Amino acid sequence: MNSEEKTLSNQAEAEETLESEAMIEVRDLTKKFNGFTAVDHVTFDVKESEVFGLLGPNGAGKTTIIRMLSTLSRPTEGTARIGGYDIVKRDNKVRQLIGLVSEKMIMYDRLTAKENLRFFGKLYNIPKNILNPRIDELLELVQLGKWKNSKVGTFSTGMRQRMNVIRALLNMPKVLFLDEPTLGLDPQSTVEVREFIKKINRENKTTIILTTHMMNEADRLCDRIGIIDHGKIVTLDTSTNLKKLVSGDDATVMKMEIPNLTKKLVTSIQALDCVKSVTQENSSHLKIHATGDEAFDTIIDAVRTAKARINSVENLQPTLEDVFLYITGRKMRDKADNKIPMGNNRQGMPRRRIR
Amino acid sequence: MIKMGAKTMLSHSFRIAWKDLMELFRNRMGLVLLILMPIFMMTMVGFIYPSETSLNNVSIALVNEDEGFGDYSLSSAFITALEAINDNADMMTLTDASSLDDVRDLIQTGDAEGGIIIASDFTANIMSRKQGTVTIVTDQSNPQMSAMIQAVLGEVVEQMGTALAQQNIVDELGIDLSNALAVVKPYDIQVKGSIEGEFSYFDFIAPGIMAMTVMMSVMTGLPAAISQEREVGTLDGMMVAPINRLAVILGKTIAQMARGILQGTLILVLAMTLFGVTVHGNILLVFALLLLGVFSFVGLGVVLTSFAKDQETAVMMMTTIMFPMMFLSGVFFPVEQMPWFMQSISKVLPLTYVADALRKVMVLGADIPALTTELSILIVFGAVMTAIAVPVFKRAMTR
Repeated sequence: MNSEEKTLSNQAEAEETLESEAMIEVRDLTKKFNGFTAVDHVTFDVKESEVFGLLGPNGAGKTTIIRMLSTLSRPTEGTARIGGYDIVKRDNKVRQLIGLVSEKMIMYDRLTAKENLRFFGKLYNIPKNILNPRIDELLELVQLGKWKNSKVGTFSTGMRQRMNVIRALLNMPKVLFLDEPTLGLDPQSTVEVREFIKKINRENKTTIILTTHMMNEADRLCDRIGIIDHGKIVTLDTSTNLKKLVSGDDATVMKMEIPNLTKKLVTSIQALDCVKSVTQENSSHLKIHATGDEAFDTIIDAVRTAKARINSVENLQPTLEDVFLYITGRKMRDKADNKIPMGNNRQGMPRRRIR
Repeated sequence: MIKMGAKTMLSHSFRIAWKDLMELFRNRMGLVLLILMPIFMMTMVGFIYPSETSLNNVSIALVNEDEGFGDYSLSSAFITALEAINDNADMMTLTDASSLDDVRDLIQTGDAEGGIIIASDFTANIMSRKQGTVTIVTDQSNPQMSAMIQAVLGEVVEQMGTALAQQNIVDELGIDLSNALAVVKPYDIQVKGSIEGEFSYFDFIAPGIMAMTVMMSVMTGLPAAISQEREVGTLDGMMVAPINRLAVILGKTIAQMARGILQGTLILVLAMTLFGVTVHGNILLVFALLLLGVFSFVGLGVVLTSFAKDQETAVMMMTTIMFPMMFLSGVFFPVEQMPWFMQSISKVLPLTYVADALRKVMVLGADIPALTTELSILIVFGAVMTAIAVPVFKRAMTR
């Protein structure tokens, strides 16, 4: 952990302990698989009824964190407490408090919706007279009421994911873990699931930790976001504050359409002092992060000097995607000496990108 | 508190078992295969493994080279007698051939599986008080068949010889037929089993196959079921619930056991109805033994499951273990036929004892006291394996 990251996470931690008692406390949580460190001394707190997002690319360690917190995987080092209970020593207590929506569907295809929910409900020792109405209620809530006696195997992906979410709500958990809840869903189902997550959080005051590699998802759902990369939390803050990181001070993000874009031109823009990073989005569009008051002028001059035409220039509000690029991009530059690693065909594409 | 815990654990186990069986019964294809497997197994083993006298319509080439003695020929009488015996038993189809080479050709083309050659001086020798020669030709490319033809034809010729000798003695000494037999064959051999009734190879093999099927169900079913759920991700759904980890193993075991017992029962019913196997001991004891057998196996299955990373590996591990176990534990072949090192391996396999005990109960009508050795070995084996399996499984589940 470099010193900068440490201060960031420490700051966040300090803020929380002052404000309210944490529902989830994670301290130096570490997981190693045969010498490979998947999660590296992660420390954060989540307040009660907060929606906390873990944002990062595939393989960053998000799922491993969720698996450790939901008692499915044993930490190599460090501790975590949920509702005051240690996740290792009091695992059964923790299990009563939590619900897990895993990346994989936890559903048996050959059983009906109702049978599935009844099976899992029984594992929580919920008495029949409470469980049955609750199952009906949950199924109605996600508009699956009329499918309750159909086998889950016949459901569409969207229906399955809604089932997957309500399955985790059977025990009315205080803490809900959602691992990539909208992965592989069509836009409409994605919106539905997101709305449902918000609703649960609002109405039941459920504390939610969700992982995603989708920036807009984290942006829309989460009160606070921890950006995770290579098993470490590199930044942790609210979405607004994170964006300020990028746009704050004198940073500019612009999108430029250049019909006769060349590899040489991209290289020359990268070489400018004010430019922090360049992303080529397609054959004619460039996204440029720059700093300084004269960034606009400098870049446009450079393009004009190279005899390239500019069709349009757009000044963008930074997104979380930019935040990620900004943070991890800088990290990459710390290691290697060039600004942007160059691909063979697709010039100016950063090696690590968020989908 | 502990009692309560055990009760909820059991109820969770039954939930999981119910869920597994539900999935099984909804899988039509799987269910059909589940029932077909023992039927195939039984019919294969039952019809293919022959008893000694079960030669059926084997085509035999018959060569009569006998030149007779004057006008007199004993070979035609020999052939008539042979045909008379064959008409009763229907063992072979006799075809005429001209010479030994002809028989060899027939064997090569597959038109005959053996041959009988009556030597050219057959009648002459017998008439001059020498032995008449009958040659049996066998097909060495099929040793089992060859041995059988040799044995059966040998016996037939022997019988005919005895009858002839008997007749000769009656003629020469003028004593009656039964006394003549005593002169020709002074010893009468009788075979008696330890209990009454007729027994076939099938009686030997049926208990073994039953034991094997049940074990195989559990041994392959358990790792497949657990690692499949792990791969699909549904195992997480159970593991994240506040249930005892043992409930998962126990539930899965109950389900697999139910499956195995179903198949075992099917085998028993088939064996009794189709192949005339009778259970001489207590049928409840048969099932109790099967359950005990499962108990002794489960631990091993769980340990292997814990080590296997995915379903494919788990099933491969199981098959690797099952195969030698099948052959080494005396299910198909008596352990006593094996070389010493195989016999030693056989002694540490639980299936050996299950099959043995089952055979004792089903064939010999043995009771619990007669099974003390087998029972105690199985219990100890099961207890040790379970003691190893539980912590290993717990660790593996929170990797």
